[in-house]
Amino acid sequence: MAETITKNGQEFDVVWKKPNLQKNDMHYCPGCAHGTLEKLLQEVIDEKGIQHQIIGVSPVGCAVFAYDYMNCDMQEAAHGRACALATGIKRVMPEHAVFTIQGDGDLASIGLAETLHACNRGESIIILFYNNAIYGMTGGQMAPTTLPGQITSSSPDGRDPKLSGMPLKVANIVKEFDGTCYVTRQAANNAVNARKLKKAIEKAVDNSLNNRGTSFIELVGNCPSGWKLTPVESYKWWEENMLKYYPLGDLKTEGGIK
Amino acid sequence: MEIKGYIEVDIQKCKGCQLCATVCPKAVIGYSDKTNDKGYYYAIMVNEDCIGCGNCAIVCPDSVITAYRAAKK
Amino acid sequence: MAEKYLMKGNEALAEAAIRAGIDGYFGYPITPQSEVLEYFSKWLPRKGIAYVQAESEVSAINMVYGAGACGKRVMTSTSSPGFSLMQEGVSYIACAQIPCVLVNVQRGGPGLGTIQPSQGDYFQAVKGGGHGDYRLIVLTPNSVQEQADMVYKAFDLSEKYLNPVLILSDGALGQMMETVEFKEDYVRPEFDDSWATTGKMTNRGMNTITSLYIKPEDMEKKNFELQAKYKIIEENEVDYELCHMDDAEIGYIAYGLSSRIVKKAVDIAREQGIKVGLIRPKTVWPFPKDVIKKYSEQVKAYLSIEMSVGQMIEDVKLAIDCKIPVEHYGKTGGIVLSTEEIIEKTKDMLNKY
Repeated sequence: MAETITKNGQEFDVVWKKPNLQKNDMHYCPGCAHGTLEKLLQEVIDEKGIQHQIIGVSPVGCAVFAYDYMNCDMQEAAHGRACALATGIKRVMPEHAVFTIQGDGDLASIGLAETLHACNRGESIIILFYNNAIYGMTGGQMAPTTLPGQITSSSPDGRDPKLSGMPLKVANIVKEFDGTCYVTRQAANNAVNARKLKKAIEKAVDNSLNNRGTSFIELVGNCPSGWKLTPVESYKWWEENMLKYYPLGDLKTEGGIK
Repeated sequence: MEIKGYIEVDIQKCKGCQLCATVCPKAVIGYSDKTNDKGYYYAIMVNEDCIGCGNCAIVCPDSVITAYRAAKK
Repeated sequence: MAEKYLMKGNEALAEAAIRAGIDGYFGYPITPQSEVLEYFSKWLPRKGIAYVQAESEVSAINMVYGAGACGKRVMTSTSSPGFSLMQEGVSYIACAQIPCVLVNVQRGGPGLGTIQPSQGDYFQAVKGGGHGDYRLIVLTPNSVQEQADMVYKAFDLSEKYLNPVLILSDGALGQMMETVEFKEDYVRPEFDDSWATTGKMTNRGMNTITSLYIKPEDMEKKNFELQAKYKIIEENEVDYELCHMDDAEIGYIAYGLSSRIVKKAVDIAREQGIKVGLIRPKTVWPFPKDVIKKYSEQVKAYLSIEMSVGQMIEDVKLAIDCKIPVEHYGKTGGIVLSTEEIIEKTKDMLNKY
């Protein structure tokens, strides 16, 4: 039931209000979609009423302080190890949903082994992969997901695929594993995409609660500061470059080890 | 006069990223002349054309917008 | 009488963990420790207890972090090169104060080294190993029986102090077979897991397990908290065994496998009328400093005996402020100590001092 209020004698439905996040201000840079990911996740937790039945893992990277925002029990992992922590948690707490929030440096570089093996074992966890093609917190260095030609602080002439290979499409890799039951690529650059992202999170939480296998949601995100753009310029770059290289949509909706 | 909708902005938490403005179908959102305590030009309503769609609120990374739509009678 | 079993040290360790109520094991194969993992791989899934053969030691220790932070009894085991790989996770676990049991069945190093037994990881075990100011509680069994008994103790201590506990074994103890009895009267002490991430209930705030204290003041405070805890452990948990120390003129100090050989050397020396004794640390952190200091008033010199080029000797010297001579005897590279050489060395020392 929608909440209703009265203002100046007129009745209004509350269309959207802040979920039950903690009161702390998010430290993310203006326009960064990290905050969107966490608030949508919290909305799903609130709506499903599973605060007591979900445990999260924050990474090393921009989402390191996710435990200051999310309102549920959280653990903080070493760089790249979130999926190993999540495996440990899920194996001893099988009735709980378990999620990780990880950036592309954390997940696709230093933590690739932990990520792939968790997916291959079909751990019933939710991997929320924030891919903005750059190391954000470390200061804008090249990541495995950095686009060809993209200028970063460690690829000042643009990423040269001859030196550094092509951007890693992790979602395409993990969809091949029998262990994954849901692999999708989403964005949060407009309201339509943000609503789809929330649906994807709902589905993934459901999968984790019901032990159906690994759910992998890649949020193709932005990084205004790392990209050295204003927030508004970053929205344009996001759509024109990121979404072109990392097309949105479900890569897999059924699976898991039976 | 009855309106179709409106938004409330938690101005001290707004970081002025303007994503809300880019997704508003009615060009309702603009920016303040003065900054908030953090130094950002925060989002404000610049007209009364809001239809209460909530687009701005759902995309806001900092969850500073609450959106209201006129209740159906 | 409890039933007697003939078991390998590695198997006894795993069986004791099951009897102590383990909730999860996460490991990676490495010689000479693999029997621990293999034993668990057979029994834990059958009992419905969490078991994962991880993709690496790095991953295994982080699975221990995740599961241990849920307040569960968890454990990993490895051998020297694998324990080096785990150090990152061990440092995080020590700071986040997650109870868990770690086992290092030492082999010869450095590098890939040898698969033969060694005690070359002493510094790594007692001085930190990973980054930052932290300590592990380090237990040193010297028999298959103790490989079992110390598992119960390790779990209990880790939960009492919310601190990782390391069982520092070696390839010989892991591989040798001896008879072993398992405790029949073991009761797991009461354990308060209200700090753990078990899902946020409405009657408490959220639980966060972290080792991140970005403000220097907070980090310093955390370190002081840890140091205060370590001080309490040092005051209460030192464990050692004395052998013929009452009238000893030369005091041997040896732990683990070495202590068995040294005990034999004590017997042989005594038959020859040489007054020697043994102080055997059963915990190398906390180190039995006080008893070593006490007997330094009596003995002419100490001989620190290890299967390394001399690591524990530094702690012996520190314990007595270098007031009497301390010498080292050791073998390395996986070669086991010789009683003859120990006695020869003792005679030299008696002539010298």
